[in-house]
Amino acid sequence: MNSTANRTSKQTQVLVARSLRRRYRSEFIFRALGVLAVSLGVLAVFGLFGKIIADGASVFRQSYVTLEIYYDPEIIDPEGGRAPEALATADYQALIKAALREKFPDVEGRANLRELYQLVSSGSFLSLQRAVVANPSLIGTRAQLTMPADDTVDMFVKGQVGRNAPVAERRLTDQQVAVVDRMTAAGILTMQLNREFLGNGDSRDPEQAGVRGALMGSLLTLGLTLLLSFPIGVAAAIYLEEFAARNRFTDLIEININNLAAVPSIVYGLLGLAVFIGLFGMPRSAPVVGSLVLTLLTLPTVIIASRSALKAVPPSIREAALGMGASQVQTVMHHVLPLALPGMLTGAIIGMARALGESAPLLMIGMVAFIVDVPQGLTDAATVLPVQVFLWSDLPERAFIARTSGAIIVLLVFLVVMNATAVYLRNRFEKRW
Amino acid sequence: MTPALTLLALLLLTAAAFWIGRGRSLATVGGPRGIRDLHSLPGHYGMLTALWCAAPALLIAVLWWMFQDQVLMGLVTSHLPADQRALPPGEFGLLVNDLRNVIAGNATMANVPPATAAAAAEYLQLRSAARLALTVLVLALGIIAIVMVRSRIRPEMRARNSVESAVRAVLFLCSLLAVLTTLAILLSVLTEAVRFFAKVPVTEFLFSTSWSPQMAIRADQVGAEGSFGAVPLFTGTLLISLIAMLIAVPIGLMSAIYLAEYASRRLRKVVKPLLEVLAGVPTVVYGFFAATTLGPALRTLGENLGLEVASESALNAGLVMGVMIIPFVSSLADDMITAVPQSLRDGAYALGATRSETVRQVVLRAALPGIVGGVLLAVSRAIGETMIVVMAAGLAANLTANPLEAVTTVTVQIVTLLVGDQEFDSPKTLAAFALGLVLFVVTLALNAIALYVVRRYREQYE
Repeated sequence: MNSTANRTSKQTQVLVARSLRRRYRSEFIFRALGVLAVSLGVLAVFGLFGKIIADGASVFRQSYVTLEIYYDPEIIDPEGGRAPEALATADYQALIKAALREKFPDVEGRANLRELYQLVSSGSFLSLQRAVVANPSLIGTRAQLTMPADDTVDMFVKGQVGRNAPVAERRLTDQQVAVVDRMTAAGILTMQLNREFLGNGDSRDPEQAGVRGALMGSLLTLGLTLLLSFPIGVAAAIYLEEFAARNRFTDLIEININNLAAVPSIVYGLLGLAVFIGLFGMPRSAPVVGSLVLTLLTLPTVIIASRSALKAVPPSIREAALGMGASQVQTVMHHVLPLALPGMLTGAIIGMARALGESAPLLMIGMVAFIVDVPQGLTDAATVLPVQVFLWSDLPERAFIARTSGAIIVLLVFLVVMNATAVYLRNRFEKRW
Repeated sequence: MTPALTLLALLLLTAAAFWIGRGRSLATVGGPRGIRDLHSLPGHYGMLTALWCAAPALLIAVLWWMFQDQVLMGLVTSHLPADQRALPPGEFGLLVNDLRNVIAGNATMANVPPATAAAAAEYLQLRSAARLALTVLVLALGIIAIVMVRSRIRPEMRARNSVESAVRAVLFLCSLLAVLTTLAILLSVLTEAVRFFAKVPVTEFLFSTSWSPQMAIRADQVGAEGSFGAVPLFTGTLLISLIAMLIAVPIGLMSAIYLAEYASRRLRKVVKPLLEVLAGVPTVVYGFFAATTLGPALRTLGENLGLEVASESALNAGLVMGVMIIPFVSSLADDMITAVPQSLRDGAYALGATRSETVRQVVLRAALPGIVGGVLLAVSRAIGETMIVVMAAGLAANLTANPLEAVTTVTVQIVTLLVGDQEFDSPKTLAAFALGLVLFVVTLALNAIALYVVRRYREQYE
């Protein structure tokens, strides 16, 4: 202290000026670090979304080959009986092959023809089959039919593999490239909205694989989850907020709910596997089990949101109702609940958005199978969008990278819609007292 | 009578019960004019009748449905020919599977052995009988209840009080579900884990360093038991979580400080929700990004620097997980920083402190307990995170602290052990539950510590 007292004011000013420089420098550094952190965060957002959109946007359009198909009675139904079994099992691939040969009569030789056939998706015959089984009068007629090109052609046309890339990487031979060029020139190879991606279930052929099955699975699962977790969550919140006495047991329930919100989702999967599947013998891979697990998972979120919505209703409302002679239950049901409902709904939607992106617990209960059929009911084997993303991301075909990103885009669109609804509801119905 | 039809019938009966009860209450006081002689509103009498009609019947129906399949299956399989009942469990399971397929209509009777077809036919017959019996029982119960309640309705009956206590009871049961969930998690994980520890000693699981839970193809195979030392899993989890926290804590904390203390209101309004978007992105998306974009990029970078980076390195998973956790840390830190009263900052400024000095020496210290709590919660998030590590970290249980090598985590192993059809009894499946138990206990403990820290060290500002 003594040295400070003996300093002249001049010396002090010099000291302060020196330390100020240092302090301002550290202020600048601190601030720069802040800017850096924020920019890194924002960069991560744009990097993530940019990459996904750049990879996935191309998937919504796909190359299609239009061919004139002759529904040859000799091939479809040589016996002429139009028996449904015969129609269902006929060799429709042969019709497509014939149409291709007709279009490119100069391609000859077994190997060359095989290469030609490879250009059209090998799953295309299914749509022919469906059309004929539904409408046998097509047999014997000619019709223009548009079918997806093979994924190698699609990637080549979109420029995702270079024209001069080595054959092994391009996965198209020179002859095939020549045919593709001729198809483009003739206008029979066109880019169109990818109906397969939005309308089909899963498939091993990238050009036939779609998100419809996963989307239906997600809708079924989430629908039931909402039906279960919203009423239960609201009821629990009402009890805790409006009726429960403040005692140790209510404290226990409260602590419990807060803890459950922090339990890793995969543990809920273990619970589902052990209890719903192991103990109750419910079917694997079914949306019912998925939604039961997700109900338990989202319940804490819904309860916490509903409680804060109830807290936001001013006590004067309750007092007025009680003063008019309403019972406690009537007060809550007729006056408090309607006022708190928009807030509760917002919380529920946010909980559902979380459930929509959840996949780990669903892996545990087997919603991770290769499922071609679009699920129709709550007990059909199904998968959900994020799990479909997980499944596709594992596949070796390069075309599936785009499909995975496309599925992510679909998933994100749903998330954005749900969150936007929640925000809209909040802004529209939120009352300030 | 399908279950849906039974429910529909019960629903209609319940609606009828409401109107019967309501009408009866009005009739006892001589029509709507006498309503002031009633203790409760007519609707309350209706609801009471409806409750007595629906609740017991529904309870019976649910119990019935829970056990119907097991009972019927037991009956049907006990009627199978003796030689089939004596089959080893595996083959018997296949037979039961066939049976279920026929029953569900996924296979036709013609495609299975006659005994199975007969059993399936018997099952279907028994099931339709059981369903009919249930419907009759449920409706009879409902009607009896209506008649009994109706005969007891008097003007002075306290119908509202009864209905309201029923409502309260239902509300209470719903809130009890939270406790039940915790119990169910604990019990289901614990029982399976105990079965696992009967086969593999706890000490081996917790302290042994070799993890290779092979699938035994034959029971007498060499090494069929595998080894279940979970230490490499724990270290792998910690390594990845550590990397994630090294990313998330500085970035999250600094951006929270910047947005709360420096940024203009407009910037804050734009950037804060933008960062929170990161929390809403499903974790599969992060996993996909790590596996297809960041992983290869890190590998190329490593090659250029002369480092060997595994394509499923801990660094890759940790980095992406860190990004996922940024908004978690930043929004919690933001709450804590904005909760620090302005007067403390003003005091620091008055003493001549610069902004950063105020933040570091006053604001952060006041907000520290909350921030520590938030970070602990973030750690528990990182430990329990599954999809990112499943997609981006490896399966190899390496005991290493090198972030460039592949490691595996507890959650990855749970997923790999349980995905796909497996017997419920093998140590391999049970090991997943033991890991789940560890995960549950650790995250719960972290959560409890976090709450304790926040409560114990929080400064109270009046």
